[in-house]
Amino acid sequence: MRVALFVPCYVDQFYPQVAIATLQVLERLGCEVHYPARQTCCGQPMANSGFEHLQHGCNELISELFDGYDYVVGPSGSCVLHIKHHLHANNEQAAARIRSRVHEFAEFLTDILKVEKIEAHFPHKVGMHQSCHGQRGLHLSQMTELVAEPFSKPEQLLRMVEGIEFSTLDRKDECCGFGGTFCVFEESVSAKMGKDRVADHARNGVEVITGADMSCLMHMEGILRRQKRNIRVMHIAEILNSR
Amino acid sequence: MSVEEQMIVPERKHLPTGEHAQLAEMFNRDEDRVNWHDETLWWIRQKRDKAAWQIPEWEWLRQTASGIKDYVLDNLHTLLQQFEAQAIANGATVHWAADAEEHNRIVHSILQQQGVARVVKSKSMLTEECGLNEYLHEHGIDVTDTDLGERIVQLAGEAPSHIVLPCIHWKKEEIGELFHKYLGTPEGNADPQYLTGAARMHLREKFLTRKVAITGVNFAVAETGEFVVCTNEGNADMGTHLADVHIACMGIEKLIQKREHLGVFLRLLARSATGQPTTTYNSHFRRPGPGQQLHIVLVDNGRSKQLASDDFRNSLKCIRCGACMNTCPVYRRSGGHSYHYAITGPIGAILAPNLDMKKHADLPFASTLCGSCSNVCPVEIDIHDQLYKWRQVLSQEGYAPKAKAVAMRGAAWVLSKPALYKLGGKVARLVLKYVPWLAANGLNPWYKQREMPAPPRQSFGEWYAKNHKQS
Repeated sequence: MRVALFVPCYVDQFYPQVAIATLQVLERLGCEVHYPARQTCCGQPMANSGFEHLQHGCNELISELFDGYDYVVGPSGSCVLHIKHHLHANNEQAAARIRSRVHEFAEFLTDILKVEKIEAHFPHKVGMHQSCHGQRGLHLSQMTELVAEPFSKPEQLLRMVEGIEFSTLDRKDECCGFGGTFCVFEESVSAKMGKDRVADHARNGVEVITGADMSCLMHMEGILRRQKRNIRVMHIAEILNSR
Repeated sequence: MSVEEQMIVPERKHLPTGEHAQLAEMFNRDEDRVNWHDETLWWIRQKRDKAAWQIPEWEWLRQTASGIKDYVLDNLHTLLQQFEAQAIANGATVHWAADAEEHNRIVHSILQQQGVARVVKSKSMLTEECGLNEYLHEHGIDVTDTDLGERIVQLAGEAPSHIVLPCIHWKKEEIGELFHKYLGTPEGNADPQYLTGAARMHLREKFLTRKVAITGVNFAVAETGEFVVCTNEGNADMGTHLADVHIACMGIEKLIQKREHLGVFLRLLARSATGQPTTTYNSHFRRPGPGQQLHIVLVDNGRSKQLASDDFRNSLKCIRCGACMNTCPVYRRSGGHSYHYAITGPIGAILAPNLDMKKHADLPFASTLCGSCSNVCPVEIDIHDQLYKWRQVLSQEGYAPKAKAVAMRGAAWVLSKPALYKLGGKVARLVLKYVPWLAANGLNPWYKQREMPAPPRQSFGEWYAKNHKQS
């Protein structure tokens, strides 16, 4: 199975350890992983700011670099969702193939690889952050607004980890307030949302906040460090790669 | 005019001006108040969840409601004609208003014909949208809003901050002070039951002396020409039963085809709005009583334009339950007035730009696009997708701030060139490492309440080139 590793720009630049963990877990699970080195960004920062028409440069790069693989996998629900919904290119057939083959890391493990066992050890109390685009966009887990059976693909994987404990949050799936460029253009509300999310985890004894989207975790990390709280953030791939 | 009435000057103060981000920043200066506002509305969201979970077929109901509204929007022209014919046959007078101005003129002319200068009005977001209170005030007509929450904001000279809970931003102690000033309640009394009793007495005098009552409309039934007004306080009924003339103002999208469809919508409305199984009063109005008049004003005000747009027509399905506001993490932490429009929150943010793009260009950006609004919406409006689409329209039409447009063009250029992106990333990491103050300063909104990410020694791309065979 040939898998192209899609590493979102901010993960590439600021959280290389998340991409490394993603790569290593996929390889351990038997995938032949390729990293197209010229990749940059999914184009979402422009598109969510109202400039979707400026993302064609990114689109052309993605459709050139990621076509021809069985799957494209990335450690960020939001960026993956953006490609799934908004990737269009001169080579529209390539774009369509990529749209149908791109997966967020956790759902790739549960739905495509159908992982039932993972050798990982992580003796910490974690709080799950449900990133909105992964949850409500990709349906990685059930949404509290709906009258429907609960499930969570990231949690399904984490339950295979030895020694892990889960905290229950007061608000299970409220947005952290990152929102891409929202975090600077609506600074006060964004930061307040992040502070409230972090406080929920703290109140419930969380040691490590984890989730399937590094951008939300980056936002909460910024707040945790400013408040000098003794709570870390880790992408789910890092926990699944802990031995 | 009684002494009490001379005391009351319900002229509305000007709404705070500014863009959503600025107004929200002002709201956030009092963090305790933000917490209180957030928790109050979250409690209502939880009540809504409990009520929804009591209906096993909840999601089916939402789909059905959305489907019924699809039919209505596809056949609006014929259903409106059917409704008009039935309403006239029932003895009502039907008026058509193309826009807010015409709506206000029609209502005013009916009041002039009746020779009245005082009127009671139950809650109607349409009249808020049209600015009816201000218009009538300018023409010397005194409007008493009879919904308790609306009366509170009216006495305070404010607009409602929420379409279902107009004074949700007011604390009971503040209402006690307001009532002390205007209704003469004892100073320091903030007992909700007492204050509600005082408001009842105050409003009763209005109900008894007004000859014309204005109401909104929640649902109008095409096959029968009747309409339904939902209130928890019975104030619409009290107003209309005691008046000689009833003026009902409705947007043309309020229509449903059949009376039996109410069985879907009334189940959804109150549960979505407040978590109640049903609204206390769902009153059907069909024909005027002997010697009375019933006027129905059908208002377009931009709705036809919205109907013609594939991307935005779904917003016309809205039944004004307010669930999207209660669930919206941004609304709860920015307050309704930061939306500077009659319909606040996520639904307001997709309705307002249709009326005035320039004035409301900021509203579709007052969202993280988390999607919770679309999930609670009882008629399945794709609210967060429409917010995204409005963003594209607004920037294409030239309503994006210049600095943002320049920044986005720069980002798009760098991100389309792999070598430039890698260089840019490296420079950014070096800056964060060696000259952090260049980013970690007061000019960077991120840094105001958040630390910058700690810059790693190398990017993933650099690590991969060194440690992994290139593909």
